[in-house]
Amino acid sequence: MHASTSIQTAETQDLINLSTPHIQIKDLNVTIEGKRILKDINLSIPNNSITSIIGPSGCGKTTLLKTLNRLVDDTKGVEITGSVLVNGEDIYAKDAEVTHIRKKMGLLSQKPFPLPMSIFDNIAYGPRIHGERNKEVLKQIVERQLRNVGLWEEVKDRLESSASRLSIGQQQRLCLARGLAVQPEIILGDESTSALDPISTQTIENLLVELKKDYTIVLVTHILRQARRVSDHIIFVYAGEVVEFGRTEDVLLNPQNEITKQYVKGFIS
Amino acid sequence: MSNVKKRLFKEKVAKVCMQLAGITITGSLFFIVGTILYKGAPYLTWEMISETPKGGFYIGKDGGILNAILGSLYLATVSTALATAIGVPISIYLNVYVKAGSFLERFSKLLFDVLFGIPSIVYGAIAFSLMVWMGIRASLLGGIITITLLTIPIVVRTIDELLKTVPVDLKNITFSLGATQWETAKMFLRYIKPGIFTAILLAFGRAIGDVAGVLLTTGFSDNLPKYIDEPSATLPLAIFFQLSSPIPEVQGRAYASALILTFIILIIVICTHLLASRQQKHKI
Repeated sequence: MHASTSIQTAETQDLINLSTPHIQIKDLNVTIEGKRILKDINLSIPNNSITSIIGPSGCGKTTLLKTLNRLVDDTKGVEITGSVLVNGEDIYAKDAEVTHIRKKMGLLSQKPFPLPMSIFDNIAYGPRIHGERNKEVLKQIVERQLRNVGLWEEVKDRLESSASRLSIGQQQRLCLARGLAVQPEIILGDESTSALDPISTQTIENLLVELKKDYTIVLVTHILRQARRVSDHIIFVYAGEVVEFGRTEDVLLNPQNEITKQYVKGFIS
Repeated sequence: MSNVKKRLFKEKVAKVCMQLAGITITGSLFFIVGTILYKGAPYLTWEMISETPKGGFYIGKDGGILNAILGSLYLATVSTALATAIGVPISIYLNVYVKAGSFLERFSKLLFDVLFGIPSIVYGAIAFSLMVWMGIRASLLGGIITITLLTIPIVVRTIDELLKTVPVDLKNITFSLGATQWETAKMFLRYIKPGIFTAILLAFGRAIGDVAGVLLTTGFSDNLPKYIDEPSATLPLAIFFQLSSPIPEVQGRAYASALILTFIILIIVICTHLLASRQQKHKI
Protein backbone atom coordinates (compact mmCIF):
# COMPACT_ATOMS: atom_id res chain seq x y z
CA MET A 1 0.00 0.00 0.00
CA HIS A 2 2.82 2.27 0.90
CA ALA A 3 4.43 2.31 -2.56
CA SER A 4 1.18 2.93 -4.35
CA THR A 5 0.21 5.84 -2.09
CA SER A 6 3.44 7.68 -2.64
CA ILE A 7 3.00 7.37 -6.40
CA GLN A 8 -0.51 8.62 -5.96
CA THR A 9 0.75 11.66 -4.06
CA ALA A 10 3.40 12.41 -6.61
CA GLU A 11 0.84 12.31 -9.40
CA THR A 12 -1.64 14.57 -7.73
CA GLN A 13 1.05 17.00 -6.68
CA ASP A 14 1.87 17.61 -10.32
CA LEU A 15 -1.60 18.95 -10.78
CA ILE A 16 -1.01 21.76 -8.32
CA ASN A 17 0.84 24.80 -9.45
CA LEU A 18 3.72 24.98 -7.04
CA SER A 19 5.67 27.92 -8.33
CA THR A 20 6.76 28.90 -4.83
CA PRO A 21 6.03 26.30 -2.19
CA HIS A 22 6.07 27.99 1.17
CA ILE A 23 6.50 24.84 3.18
CA GLN A 24 8.23 21.75 1.86
CA ILE A 25 8.21 18.54 3.80
CA LYS A 26 10.80 15.95 2.80
CA ASP A 27 10.91 12.33 3.99
CA LEU A 28 9.43 13.28 7.33
CA ASN A 29 9.07 10.49 9.85
CA VAL A 30 7.80 11.00 13.37
CA THR A 31 7.99 8.30 16.00
CA ILE A 32 6.50 8.78 19.45
CA GLU A 33 7.56 6.26 22.09
CA GLY A 34 8.43 3.69 19.45
CA LYS A 35 5.20 4.11 17.51
CA ARG A 36 5.44 5.54 14.02
CA ILE A 37 2.94 8.36 13.86
CA LEU A 38 3.97 9.86 10.53
CA LYS A 39 5.51 7.83 7.71
CA ASP A 40 7.61 9.20 4.86
CA ILE A 41 5.72 12.43 4.41
CA ASN A 42 6.59 14.40 1.29
CA LEU A 43 4.55 17.50 0.66
CA SER A 44 4.77 20.99 -0.77
CA ILE A 45 2.33 23.41 0.72
CA PRO A 46 1.64 26.35 -1.57
CA ASN A 47 1.68 30.06 -0.75
CA ASN A 48 -1.32 32.26 -0.16
CA SER A 49 -3.86 29.52 0.00
CA ILE A 50 -5.65 27.43 2.54
CA THR A 51 -4.55 23.81 2.80
CA SER A 52 -6.67 21.52 4.95
CA ILE A 53 -5.38 18.37 6.53
CA ILE A 54 -8.21 15.87 6.85
CA GLY A 55 -8.39 12.31 8.04
CA PRO A 56 -9.87 10.07 10.70
CA SER A 57 -9.14 10.65 14.40
CA GLY A 58 -5.72 9.50 15.45
CA CYS A 59 -4.36 9.42 11.89
CA GLY A 60 -1.59 11.89 12.73
CA LYS A 61 -3.02 15.07 11.29
CA THR A 62 -2.45 17.16 14.43
CA THR A 63 1.07 15.74 14.76
CA LEU A 64 1.72 16.73 11.15
CA LEU A 65 0.57 20.27 11.93
CA LYS A 66 2.71 20.40 15.06
CA THR A 67 5.83 19.35 13.17
CA LEU A 68 5.47 22.53 11.14
CA ASN A 69 6.20 24.80 14.09
CA ARG A 70 8.17 22.24 16.08
CA LEU A 71 5.65 22.09 18.90
CA VAL A 72 5.99 18.34 18.47
CA ASP A 73 9.48 18.66 20.00
CA ASP A 74 7.87 18.93 23.38
CA THR A 75 6.22 15.52 23.20
CA LYS A 76 7.57 12.78 25.40
CA GLY A 77 9.68 10.22 23.55
CA VAL A 78 9.51 11.86 20.16
CA GLU A 79 11.96 11.16 17.32
CA ILE A 80 11.91 13.13 14.11
CA THR A 81 13.79 12.45 10.90
CA GLY A 82 13.60 14.19 7.57
CA SER A 83 13.22 17.90 7.01
CA VAL A 84 10.68 20.67 6.87
CA LEU A 85 11.71 23.61 4.74
CA VAL A 86 10.08 26.97 5.30
CA ASN A 87 11.12 29.43 2.59
CA GLY A 88 13.82 26.92 1.75
CA GLU A 89 15.27 26.85 5.28
CA ASP A 90 15.24 23.57 7.18
CA ILE A 91 13.55 24.20 10.52
CA TYR A 92 14.96 20.91 11.82
CA ALA A 93 18.53 21.87 11.00
CA LYS A 94 20.93 21.66 13.94
CA ASP A 95 21.46 25.42 14.11
CA ALA A 96 17.80 26.32 13.59
CA GLU A 97 16.48 28.67 16.28
CA VAL A 98 13.15 27.39 17.62
CA THR A 99 11.64 30.61 18.96
CA HIS A 100 12.34 32.36 15.67
CA ILE A 101 10.73 29.53 13.69
CA ARG A 102 7.65 29.52 15.86
CA LYS A 103 7.24 33.26 15.60
CA LYS A 104 6.78 32.82 11.86
CA MET A 105 3.74 30.65 12.45
CA GLY A 106 0.64 31.77 14.24
CA LEU A 107 -1.21 28.95 15.94
CA LEU A 108 -4.95 28.93 16.42
CA SER A 109 -5.69 26.10 18.81
CA GLN A 110 -8.73 23.94 19.26
CA LYS A 111 -10.22 25.85 22.14
CA PRO A 112 -9.76 29.60 22.41
CA PHE A 113 -7.27 30.19 25.16
CA PRO A 114 -6.80 33.81 26.15
CA LEU A 115 -3.73 34.47 28.26
CA PRO A 116 -4.60 35.42 31.86
CA MET A 117 -4.37 39.16 31.17
CA SER A 118 -6.41 42.00 29.70
CA ILE A 119 -7.62 42.13 26.10
CA PHE A 120 -4.97 44.74 25.31
CA ASP A 121 -2.16 42.77 26.93
CA ASN A 122 -3.18 39.59 25.13
CA ILE A 123 -2.51 41.22 21.77
CA ALA A 124 0.50 43.18 23.01
CA TYR A 125 2.10 40.12 24.58
CA GLY A 126 3.76 38.87 21.40
CA PRO A 127 5.13 42.23 20.24
CA ARG A 128 6.33 42.93 23.81
CA ILE A 129 8.36 39.73 24.11
CA HIS A 130 9.90 40.53 20.75
CA GLY A 131 11.10 43.84 22.10
CA GLU A 132 8.42 46.40 21.30
CA ARG A 133 8.26 48.78 24.28
CA ASN A 134 6.79 51.91 22.72
CA LYS A 135 3.26 52.38 24.07
CA GLU A 136 1.99 54.23 21.01
CA VAL A 137 3.26 51.55 18.67
CA LEU A 138 1.68 48.84 20.84
CA LYS A 139 -1.63 50.71 20.80
CA GLN A 140 -1.51 50.86 17.02
CA ILE A 141 -0.71 47.16 16.75
CA VAL A 142 -3.56 46.24 19.09
CA GLU A 143 -6.06 48.37 17.20
CA ARG A 144 -4.91 47.12 13.79
CA GLN A 145 -5.08 43.46 14.77
CA LEU A 146 -8.42 43.80 16.51
CA ARG A 147 -9.79 45.53 13.40
CA ASN A 148 -8.27 42.75 11.30
CA VAL A 149 -10.43 40.18 13.05
CA GLY A 150 -13.47 42.44 13.33
CA LEU A 151 -13.31 42.71 17.09
CA TRP A 152 -12.33 46.36 17.49
CA GLU A 153 -15.82 47.83 17.54
CA GLU A 154 -16.95 45.23 20.06
CA VAL A 155 -14.13 45.70 22.57
CA LYS A 156 -12.61 49.15 22.03
CA ASP A 157 -14.18 50.50 25.24
CA ARG A 158 -13.00 47.67 27.44
CA LEU A 159 -9.47 46.90 26.34
CA GLU A 160 -8.34 46.78 29.94
CA SER A 161 -10.92 44.23 31.04
CA SER A 162 -10.11 40.57 31.32
CA ALA A 163 -9.97 38.64 28.06
CA SER A 164 -11.77 35.73 29.68
CA ARG A 165 -14.95 37.82 29.90
CA LEU A 166 -15.37 37.75 26.12
CA SER A 167 -17.71 35.25 24.53
CA ILE A 168 -16.07 32.10 23.22
CA GLY A 169 -16.32 33.24 19.59
CA GLN A 170 -14.82 36.61 20.47
CA GLN A 171 -12.06 34.82 22.37
CA GLN A 172 -11.12 32.79 19.32
CA ARG A 173 -10.95 35.95 17.21
CA LEU A 174 -8.83 37.53 19.93
CA CYS A 175 -6.50 34.52 19.77
CA LEU A 176 -6.24 34.93 16.02
CA ALA A 177 -5.43 38.63 16.45
CA ARG A 178 -2.85 37.76 19.09
CA GLY A 179 -1.19 35.36 16.68
CA LEU A 180 -1.22 37.92 13.87
CA ALA A 181 0.37 40.57 16.10
CA VAL A 182 3.76 38.88 15.88
CA GLN A 183 3.61 39.14 12.09
CA PRO A 184 3.73 35.49 11.15
CA GLU A 185 3.90 34.26 7.57
CA ILE A 186 1.91 31.13 8.18
CA ILE A 187 -1.25 30.47 10.17
CA LEU A 188 -1.74 27.00 11.59
CA GLY A 189 -5.21 26.04 12.75
CA ASP A 190 -5.82 22.94 14.83
CA GLU A 191 -9.57 22.28 14.54
CA SER A 192 -9.92 25.94 15.42
CA THR A 193 -13.67 26.07 15.19
CA SER A 194 -14.55 22.83 16.93
CA ALA A 195 -15.49 24.61 20.17
CA LEU A 196 -17.46 27.38 18.47
CA ASP A 197 -21.10 27.92 17.59
CA PRO A 198 -22.09 27.99 13.89
CA ILE A 199 -22.08 31.79 13.61
CA SER A 200 -18.65 32.19 15.25
CA THR A 201 -17.41 29.34 13.06
CA GLN A 202 -18.56 31.18 9.99
CA THR A 203 -16.88 34.39 11.18
CA ILE A 204 -13.57 32.57 11.68
CA GLU A 205 -13.87 30.79 8.33
CA ASN A 206 -14.54 34.06 6.53
CA LEU A 207 -11.60 35.66 8.29
CA LEU A 208 -9.29 32.85 7.22
CA VAL A 209 -10.43 33.10 3.62
CA GLU A 210 -9.77 36.84 3.74
CA LEU A 211 -6.36 36.35 5.38
CA LYS A 212 -5.08 33.91 2.78
CA LYS A 213 -4.09 36.76 0.48
CA ASP A 214 -1.35 37.64 2.97
CA TYR A 215 -0.68 34.32 4.66
CA THR A 216 -0.19 30.66 3.98
CA ILE A 217 -2.79 28.83 6.01
CA VAL A 218 -2.74 25.20 7.07
CA LEU A 219 -5.78 23.85 8.90
CA VAL A 220 -6.50 20.57 10.57
CA THR A 221 -10.16 19.79 10.41
CA HIS A 222 -12.37 16.79 10.87
CA ILE A 223 -15.33 18.49 9.25
CA LEU A 224 -15.36 17.68 5.54
CA ARG A 225 -17.84 20.42 4.74
CA GLN A 226 -15.55 22.96 6.36
CA ALA A 227 -12.60 21.70 4.34
CA ARG A 228 -14.74 22.06 1.25
CA ARG A 229 -15.92 25.58 2.14
CA VAL A 230 -12.58 27.15 2.95
CA SER A 231 -9.68 25.23 1.52
CA ASP A 232 -7.93 25.38 -1.82
CA HIS A 233 -6.00 22.19 -1.26
CA ILE A 234 -6.60 19.08 0.78
CA ILE A 235 -4.18 16.63 2.30
CA PHE A 236 -5.81 13.35 3.25
CA VAL A 237 -3.88 11.54 5.93
CA TYR A 238 -4.62 7.95 6.87
CA ALA A 239 -2.67 5.87 9.41
CA GLY A 240 0.26 8.28 9.37
CA GLU A 241 0.61 8.42 5.60
CA VAL A 242 -0.39 11.04 3.09
CA VAL A 243 -2.83 9.14 0.94
CA GLU A 244 -3.95 11.94 -1.30
CA PHE A 245 -3.03 15.55 -1.84
CA GLY A 246 -4.60 17.82 -4.37
CA ARG A 247 -7.05 20.58 -5.15
CA THR A 248 -10.10 20.54 -2.92
CA GLU A 249 -12.53 19.68 -5.69
CA ASP A 250 -10.30 16.91 -7.01
CA VAL A 251 -9.83 15.21 -3.67
CA LEU A 252 -13.41 15.55 -2.50
CA LEU A 253 -15.30 15.03 -5.75
CA ASN A 254 -12.98 12.79 -7.67
CA PRO A 255 -10.71 10.97 -5.22
CA GLN A 256 -8.16 8.66 -6.81
CA ASN A 257 -7.51 6.40 -3.87
CA GLU A 258 -9.94 3.84 -2.56
CA ILE A 259 -9.45 4.88 1.09
CA THR A 260 -10.02 8.53 0.25
CA LYS A 261 -13.20 7.57 -1.59
CA GLN A 262 -14.46 5.74 1.45
CA TYR A 263 -13.54 8.59 3.80
CA VAL A 264 -15.16 11.23 1.62
CA LYS A 265 -18.31 9.13 1.34
CA GLY A 266 -18.36 8.80 5.13
CA PHE A 267 -17.59 5.10 5.44
CA ILE A 268 -14.52 5.80 7.56
CA SER A 269 -14.49 8.48 10.19
CA MET B 1 -34.38 -3.13 47.41
CA SER B 2 -34.88 -1.67 43.99
CA ASN B 3 -31.97 -0.19 42.14
CA VAL B 4 -33.12 3.40 42.63
CA LYS B 5 -33.62 2.87 46.35
CA LYS B 6 -30.17 1.31 46.62
CA ARG B 7 -28.59 4.27 44.90
CA LEU B 8 -30.46 6.76 47.06
CA PHE B 9 -29.38 4.83 50.15
CA LYS B 10 -25.74 4.99 49.05
CA GLU B 11 -26.17 8.69 48.42
CA LYS B 12 -27.48 9.14 51.96
CA VAL B 13 -24.69 7.10 53.56
CA ALA B 14 -22.04 9.06 51.67
CA LYS B 15 -23.61 12.35 52.71
CA VAL B 16 -23.82 11.37 56.37
CA CYS B 17 -20.16 10.22 56.36
CA MET B 18 -19.07 13.53 54.91
CA GLN B 19 -21.13 15.50 57.37
CA LEU B 20 -19.73 13.47 60.28
CA ALA B 21 -16.19 14.11 59.06
CA GLY B 22 -16.96 17.81 58.75
CA ILE B 23 -18.43 18.00 62.23
CA THR B 24 -15.50 16.08 63.73
CA ILE B 25 -12.89 18.35 62.21
CA THR B 26 -14.73 21.58 62.98
CA GLY B 27 -15.42 20.29 66.49
CA SER B 28 -11.74 19.50 67.08
CA LEU B 29 -10.74 22.93 65.87
CA PHE B 30 -13.20 24.58 68.23
CA PHE B 31 -12.03 22.31 71.04
CA ILE B 32 -8.38 23.26 70.48
CA VAL B 33 -9.05 26.97 70.16
CA GLY B 34 -11.47 26.80 73.08
CA THR B 35 -8.93 25.06 75.31
CA ILE B 36 -6.13 27.52 74.65
CA LEU B 37 -8.55 30.43 75.01
CA TYR B 38 -9.94 29.08 78.27
CA LYS B 39 -6.58 28.21 79.77
CA GLY B 40 -4.48 30.93 78.18
CA ALA B 41 -6.64 34.06 77.98
CA PRO B 42 -6.45 34.88 81.72
CA TYR B 43 -2.64 34.95 81.43
CA LEU B 44 -2.48 36.91 78.23
CA THR B 45 -1.24 40.28 79.36
CA TRP B 46 0.43 43.14 77.57
CA GLU B 47 3.55 42.22 79.48
CA MET B 48 3.55 38.78 77.83
CA ILE B 49 3.94 40.18 74.35
CA SER B 50 6.01 43.26 75.08
CA GLU B 51 8.75 42.01 77.38
CA THR B 52 11.49 39.43 77.52
CA PRO B 53 11.70 36.90 80.36
CA LYS B 54 13.05 38.49 83.52
CA GLY B 55 14.92 36.50 86.18
CA GLY B 56 12.59 33.88 87.56
CA PHE B 57 10.15 34.06 84.65
CA TYR B 58 10.05 30.29 84.48
CA ILE B 59 9.04 30.02 88.11
CA GLY B 60 6.18 32.42 87.66
CA LYS B 61 7.80 35.83 88.03
CA ASP B 62 7.81 38.88 85.76
CA GLY B 63 8.49 39.02 82.06
CA GLY B 64 7.07 37.97 78.70
CA ILE B 65 7.89 36.04 75.59
CA LEU B 66 8.73 38.81 73.13
CA ASN B 67 12.05 37.03 72.55
CA ALA B 68 10.22 33.94 71.29
CA ILE B 69 7.65 35.89 69.26
CA LEU B 70 10.36 37.83 67.45
CA GLY B 71 12.59 34.77 67.11
CA SER B 72 9.80 32.74 65.53
CA LEU B 73 8.74 35.56 63.22
CA TYR B 74 12.32 36.13 62.01
CA LEU B 75 12.93 32.44 61.57
CA ALA B 76 9.68 31.67 59.76
CA THR B 77 9.71 34.76 57.55
CA VAL B 78 13.31 34.40 56.39
CA SER B 79 13.03 30.62 55.93
CA THR B 80 9.78 30.89 53.98
CA ALA B 81 11.23 33.63 51.78
CA LEU B 82 14.33 31.53 51.10
CA ALA B 83 12.31 28.36 50.50
CA THR B 84 10.07 30.22 48.05
CA ALA B 85 13.05 31.74 46.28
CA ILE B 86 14.63 28.30 45.89
CA GLY B 87 11.51 26.13 45.57
CA VAL B 88 9.59 28.07 42.92
CA PRO B 89 12.42 27.96 40.37
CA ILE B 90 12.83 24.21 40.99
CA SER B 91 9.14 23.57 40.23
CA ILE B 92 9.23 25.84 37.22
CA TYR B 93 12.30 24.05 35.91
CA LEU B 94 10.71 20.64 36.36
CA ASN B 95 7.46 21.67 34.69
CA VAL B 96 8.52 24.00 31.91
CA TYR B 97 12.09 23.13 31.00
CA VAL B 98 12.29 19.40 31.63
CA LYS B 99 10.38 17.22 29.19
CA ALA B 100 7.31 15.66 30.75
CA GLY B 101 7.88 12.06 31.81
CA SER B 102 11.65 12.20 31.55
CA PHE B 103 13.85 10.42 34.06
CA LEU B 104 14.97 13.69 35.64
CA GLU B 105 11.39 14.82 36.17
CA ARG B 106 10.20 11.54 37.67
CA PHE B 107 13.29 11.16 39.85
CA SER B 108 13.12 14.72 41.18
CA LYS B 109 9.42 14.49 41.98
CA LEU B 110 9.96 11.23 43.83
CA LEU B 111 12.84 12.83 45.70
CA PHE B 112 10.73 15.77 46.79
CA ASP B 113 7.91 13.47 47.84
CA VAL B 114 10.34 11.67 50.12
CA LEU B 115 11.83 14.91 51.44
CA PHE B 116 8.29 16.15 52.06
CA GLY B 117 7.64 13.21 54.34
CA ILE B 118 10.86 13.22 56.35
CA PRO B 119 10.20 14.33 59.95
CA SER B 120 11.74 17.61 60.99
CA ILE B 121 13.89 16.02 63.71
CA VAL B 122 15.83 14.30 60.91
CA TYR B 123 16.42 17.64 59.23
CA GLY B 124 17.45 18.99 62.63
CA ALA B 125 19.90 16.14 63.20
CA ILE B 126 21.44 16.50 59.74
CA ALA B 127 21.67 20.27 60.01
CA PHE B 128 23.16 19.88 63.48
CA SER B 129 25.92 17.59 62.29
CA LEU B 130 26.57 19.95 59.38
CA MET B 131 26.79 22.85 61.80
CA VAL B 132 29.23 21.00 64.02
CA TRP B 133 31.36 20.25 60.98
CA MET B 134 31.22 23.87 59.81
CA GLY B 135 31.78 25.21 63.30
CA ILE B 136 28.46 27.03 63.60
CA ARG B 137 26.86 26.92 67.02
CA ALA B 138 23.15 26.72 67.70
CA SER B 139 21.86 30.01 66.36
CA LEU B 140 19.18 31.79 64.40
CA LEU B 141 21.26 31.08 61.28
CA GLY B 142 21.30 27.35 62.05
CA GLY B 143 17.54 27.41 62.51
CA ILE B 144 16.98 29.32 59.27
CA ILE B 145 19.09 26.80 57.33
CA THR B 146 17.22 23.85 58.85
CA ILE B 147 13.74 25.29 58.41
CA THR B 148 14.51 26.41 54.87
CA LEU B 149 15.55 22.86 54.00
CA LEU B 150 12.39 21.61 55.68
CA THR B 151 10.07 23.93 53.79
CA ILE B 152 11.62 23.72 50.30
CA PRO B 153 9.88 20.38 49.56
CA ILE B 154 6.57 21.89 50.68
CA VAL B 155 6.94 24.79 48.28
CA VAL B 156 8.17 22.55 45.44
CA ARG B 157 5.36 20.01 45.78
CA THR B 158 2.60 22.61 46.21
CA ILE B 159 3.76 24.71 43.26
CA ASP B 160 4.21 21.52 41.25
CA GLU B 161 0.59 20.54 41.86
CA LEU B 162 -0.46 24.04 40.81
CA LEU B 163 1.63 23.93 37.64
CA LYS B 164 0.00 20.65 36.71
CA THR B 165 -3.31 22.51 36.50
CA VAL B 166 -1.94 24.81 33.79
CA PRO B 167 -3.41 23.67 30.47
CA VAL B 168 -0.97 22.44 27.80
CA ASP B 169 -2.52 25.07 25.53
CA LEU B 170 -0.81 27.84 27.47
CA LYS B 171 2.62 26.42 26.66
CA ASN B 172 1.67 25.87 23.00
CA ILE B 173 0.41 29.42 22.71
CA THR B 174 3.36 31.23 24.25
CA PHE B 175 5.76 29.00 22.33
CA SER B 176 3.95 29.62 19.06
CA LEU B 177 4.12 33.36 19.69
CA GLY B 178 7.88 32.92 19.80
CA ALA B 179 8.29 33.07 23.57
CA THR B 180 11.37 31.53 25.13
CA GLN B 181 11.08 28.97 27.89
CA TRP B 182 11.73 31.67 30.47
CA GLU B 183 8.97 33.89 29.06
CA THR B 184 6.68 30.87 29.09
CA ALA B 185 7.64 30.18 32.69
CA LYS B 186 6.65 33.73 33.61
CA MET B 187 3.26 33.18 32.00
CA PHE B 188 2.88 29.96 34.00
CA LEU B 189 3.63 31.90 37.18
CA ARG B 190 1.09 34.52 36.25
CA TYR B 191 -1.48 31.79 35.70
CA ILE B 192 -0.93 30.17 39.10
CA LYS B 193 -0.27 33.41 41.02
CA PRO B 194 -3.22 33.17 43.42
CA GLY B 195 -2.15 29.66 44.36
CA ILE B 196 1.44 30.65 45.12
CA PHE B 197 0.21 32.38 48.26
CA THR B 198 -1.23 29.08 49.43
CA ALA B 199 2.16 27.46 48.99
CA ILE B 200 3.79 30.27 50.95
CA LEU B 201 1.16 29.97 53.66
CA LEU B 202 1.71 26.22 54.02
CA ALA B 203 5.46 26.73 54.22
CA PHE B 204 5.11 29.52 56.76
CA GLY B 205 2.75 27.45 58.90
CA ARG B 206 5.19 24.56 58.96
CA ALA B 207 8.12 26.87 59.63
CA ILE B 208 6.62 28.77 62.54
CA GLY B 209 5.19 25.67 64.18
CA ASP B 210 8.22 23.43 64.00
CA VAL B 211 9.83 22.29 67.26
CA ALA B 212 12.09 19.38 66.48
CA GLY B 213 14.02 21.12 63.74
CA VAL B 214 14.85 24.14 65.86
CA LEU B 215 15.49 22.22 69.07
CA LEU B 216 18.98 21.16 68.03
CA THR B 217 19.86 23.99 65.71
CA THR B 218 18.51 27.25 67.10
CA GLY B 219 18.90 26.73 70.82
CA PHE B 220 17.07 29.07 73.13
CA SER B 221 17.75 32.46 74.61
CA ASP B 222 16.02 34.83 76.94
CA ASN B 223 17.42 37.80 75.04
CA LEU B 224 15.84 39.40 72.00
CA PRO B 225 17.29 37.90 68.81
CA LYS B 226 19.73 40.58 67.67
CA TYR B 227 22.40 38.69 65.81
CA ILE B 228 22.00 35.88 63.32
CA ASP B 229 24.87 33.88 64.83
CA GLU B 230 23.40 33.81 68.33
CA PRO B 231 20.88 31.38 69.75
CA SER B 232 17.30 32.53 69.56
CA ALA B 233 14.05 31.66 71.26
CA THR B 234 11.12 30.31 69.26
CA LEU B 235 7.45 30.17 70.23
CA PRO B 236 6.93 26.39 70.03
CA LEU B 237 9.97 25.82 72.26
CA ALA B 238 8.80 28.54 74.66
CA ILE B 239 5.46 26.75 74.91
CA PHE B 240 7.25 23.44 75.47
CA PHE B 241 9.47 24.79 78.26
CA GLN B 242 6.65 26.56 80.07
CA LEU B 243 4.30 23.63 79.77
CA SER B 244 6.92 21.33 81.35
CA SER B 245 6.86 23.45 84.47
CA PRO B 246 4.93 22.22 87.50
CA ILE B 247 3.88 25.78 88.41
CA PRO B 248 0.26 26.54 87.32
CA GLU B 249 1.10 30.19 86.58
CA VAL B 250 3.80 29.14 84.10
CA GLN B 251 1.57 26.49 82.53
CA GLY B 252 -1.11 29.13 82.04
CA ARG B 253 1.42 31.29 80.27
CA ALA B 254 2.21 28.34 78.00
CA TYR B 255 -1.39 28.39 76.83
CA ALA B 256 -1.23 32.15 76.42
CA SER B 257 1.85 31.64 74.23
CA ALA B 258 -0.07 29.05 72.19
CA LEU B 259 -2.81 31.63 71.80
CA ILE B 260 -0.30 34.14 70.46
CA LEU B 261 1.08 31.57 68.01
CA THR B 262 -2.41 30.71 66.80
CA PHE B 263 -3.21 34.39 66.43
CA ILE B 264 -0.08 34.98 64.31
CA ILE B 265 -1.09 32.10 62.03
CA LEU B 266 -4.62 33.48 61.80
CA ILE B 267 -3.30 36.86 60.69
CA ILE B 268 -1.06 35.19 58.10
CA VAL B 269 -4.01 33.14 56.76
CA ILE B 270 -6.21 36.22 56.43
CA CYS B 271 -3.45 38.21 54.71
CA THR B 272 -2.80 35.34 52.30
CA HIS B 273 -6.46 35.08 51.35
CA LEU B 274 -6.70 38.82 50.81
CA LEU B 275 -3.59 38.85 48.65
CA ALA B 276 -4.71 35.79 46.69
CA SER B 277 -8.18 37.15 45.95
CA ARG B 278 -6.68 40.41 44.69
CA GLN B 279 -4.63 38.41 42.20
CA GLN B 280 -7.59 36.76 40.55
CA LYS B 281 -8.43 39.64 38.27
CA HIS B 282 -7.57 37.98 34.98
CA LYS B 283 -8.07 34.38 35.99
CA ILE B 284 -9.27 32.21 33.13
